[in-house]
Amino acid sequence: MPVMQRTYQYEEFPYRPSREEQSGEIGHYPVVIVGAGPVGLTAANDLVYHGIPVVLIDEDNKVSLGSRAICFDKRALEIFDRLGVVEPMEAKGVTWNVGRVFHQEEEVYQFNLLPEEGHAHPAFINLQQYYLEEYLIRPLRDQPLADLRWLNRLEALEIHEDFVRLTVSTPQGTYQMDAEWLIAADGAHSTVRKLMGLDYKGRQFESKFLITDVVMQNEDFPTERWFWFDPPFNPGYSALLHKQADNVWRIDMQLPRDADEAEAQDPERVEQRIRRMLGDDVPFELEWISLYRFHSRRMDRFWHGRVFFVGDAAHIVSPFGARGANSGFQDVDNLIWKLKLVMQGQASPELLETFNQERTYAADENLFHTETSTEFISPKTSGQKTLRKAILDLAREYAFARPFINSGRLSKATIYPSSPLSTPDEDTFACQLAPGWPPADAPVTVGGQSSFLTQQVGGQFQGLLFLQKPEDLSAEQLADLKALAQKDVPIHTLLVVAQPTPLREYEGMPVLVDVQGLAWKRYDATPGTYYLLRPDQYICARWRTLDRNKVEAAQRHAGRLIV
Amino acid sequence: MAKLHLEPRIQNPDPLYKALAYLHTDLSAEESLVVNAKLLFLLINHIGDEAVVYEAIDLVRKDMDSSRVE
Ligand SMILES: Cc1cc2nc3c(=O)[nH]c(=O)nc-3n(C[C@H](O)[C@H](O)[C@H](O)COP(=O)(O)OP(=O)(O)OC[C@H]3O[C@@H](n4cnc5c(N)ncnc54)[C@H](O)[C@@H]3O)c2cc1C
Repeated sequence: MPVMQRTYQYEEFPYRPSREEQSGEIGHYPVVIVGAGPVGLTAANDLVYHGIPVVLIDEDNKVSLGSRAICFDKRALEIFDRLGVVEPMEAKGVTWNVGRVFHQEEEVYQFNLLPEEGHAHPAFINLQQYYLEEYLIRPLRDQPLADLRWLNRLEALEIHEDFVRLTVSTPQGTYQMDAEWLIAADGAHSTVRKLMGLDYKGRQFESKFLITDVVMQNEDFPTERWFWFDPPFNPGYSALLHKQADNVWRIDMQLPRDADEAEAQDPERVEQRIRRMLGDDVPFELEWISLYRFHSRRMDRFWHGRVFFVGDAAHIVSPFGARGANSGFQDVDNLIWKLKLVMQGQASPELLETFNQERTYAADENLFHTETSTEFISPKTSGQKTLRKAILDLAREYAFARPFINSGRLSKATIYPSSPLSTPDEDTFACQLAPGWPPADAPVTVGGQSSFLTQQVGGQFQGLLFLQKPEDLSAEQLADLKALAQKDVPIHTLLVVAQPTPLREYEGMPVLVDVQGLAWKRYDATPGTYYLLRPDQYICARWRTLDRNKVEAAQRHAGRLIV
Repeated sequence: MAKLHLEPRIQNPDPLYKALAYLHTDLSAEESLVVNAKLLFLLINHIGDEAVVYEAIDLVRKDMDSSRVE
């Protein structure tokens, strides 16, 4: 039951009759997205980034109502950075790296999600989902490649071998359009999924969670994630406190399984509950109240012929760990470059199957973690409660007990240890990174300007060649790199050099100066080391020395190239 | 595959058992459960070999299942 939201003004996006409604003809489009939630909007931005025209329909004409997602992870921020939309998000959002865990009256321990320096983005920002969506919509509004259609609801689908025909209803009636490729980003109740008769297997958790937003000016709570097990203000249950933008604070409280839903959401009761938590002397105003029982589900496959499923349409998790929307952004990041190569006839459709493989693998990992956290947070039997009490007691004093405590395993980039796109190492590397890993970040300078490694790569296949200085590049290496850059699907190489140089470019290649030595360290580089990155920045192969044939073979494999 | 020792390994079981039993002398049923669970976690961490712990869990589960059937 929503309370007055005071801090955010919802803009109503205009409905405009589409080309189809004006002409009465069936339009044909390369890609249509159903659903302008955070994930569909990210997909639209990524298609535009790759120069692909996109039609995006949504049955609503506003951004997400009320309090939903707030925590956006480092990988999401790296993706948004590539798409050029991260700045307003980080400017408005609240940055955090530290979490604290309390048991009853006492602090048990704290953790830092990003203990090392030298990353462009923090472990997390907290930003209300409506702001995030607003910032994703903004660049699309005047974008000629993007056709945003509000108050357009998908009603029916005809699946053909090489296209999909959509029937869409609008305030004026219905129309049809054809999509060569359809991206279903229409959320947990996905119409596309239902129309195609596809399963969404899993379960619903019994525990109820009261989600409230309050506005308060309070300097006593730092911008950290605070989690309580069995606190005095919610005995026997849990609570979570998080700061968002505009001095809005999110408070999640676990309720008894048999709690009456209407009564629990009564604003007066909620206020009492929160007063018990914050103390009598802390002024606050209620901004939002809702009650959830969380689901844990996924589709068997995320790719069905001409249709891809991303975000909540494909998988849904409990929010402990903030893996919902965050995993949806990674679905998109994984899909769009693959779709582009297939659309251009450069890759075999087999490449699309690797989207299904990699992202169902990721979904299983997300389901495992969120289920395990939810079970730890809401133990069912007295035996389970005892176990938890024992480990929480021990954790106060003994470090060994802390890793067992699970208040949410917070979202990160998926690692694909056995990605079908990776070429296994033949040389030895002594760092965490390996093929199938997202890139490690590091501060660099380019022509004297500060930047980060992750900000310099992405969108296409790229190589990183590590050299002491640009001039160390041999004639043979140069010839190989030129040849790689001239392929139909080019590989552009960046030189990551250890010694400072004012050069922006050398022989046409960008020069990144590893100002703190962190890139060399994190990639365990030696002079001549070569990393090959996929267009989503993931590492797909690496060697101690550059060998053009091996690089080409690894790229052919990673892109399932047919040209 | 069996890594979990099931042959006798404790030299002086009586005083050890006595110490365990004494631990529970003045405890409520609930406190006893917590104490046992603390011991469990301390020893699990000391053993440090997850395969051994999983084997013990399996063994206990089978044991419980068969005692329920009877
Ligand atoms: C309490 C709570 C806290 C959460 N916290 C976090 C968090 O901190 N971090 C995080 O990453 N995730 C979090 N999540 C999850 C996150 O909100 C979702 O994962 C996310 O909204 C999914 O985005 P989506 O774009 O896939 O789907 P949605 O946001 O559900 O968007 C689907 C869109 O499709 C449209 N649509 C539906 N059907 C049709 C149709 N037939 N025709 C046209 N349009 C249609 C809808 O109007 C909607 O705009 C949280 C969720 C909850 C409930």
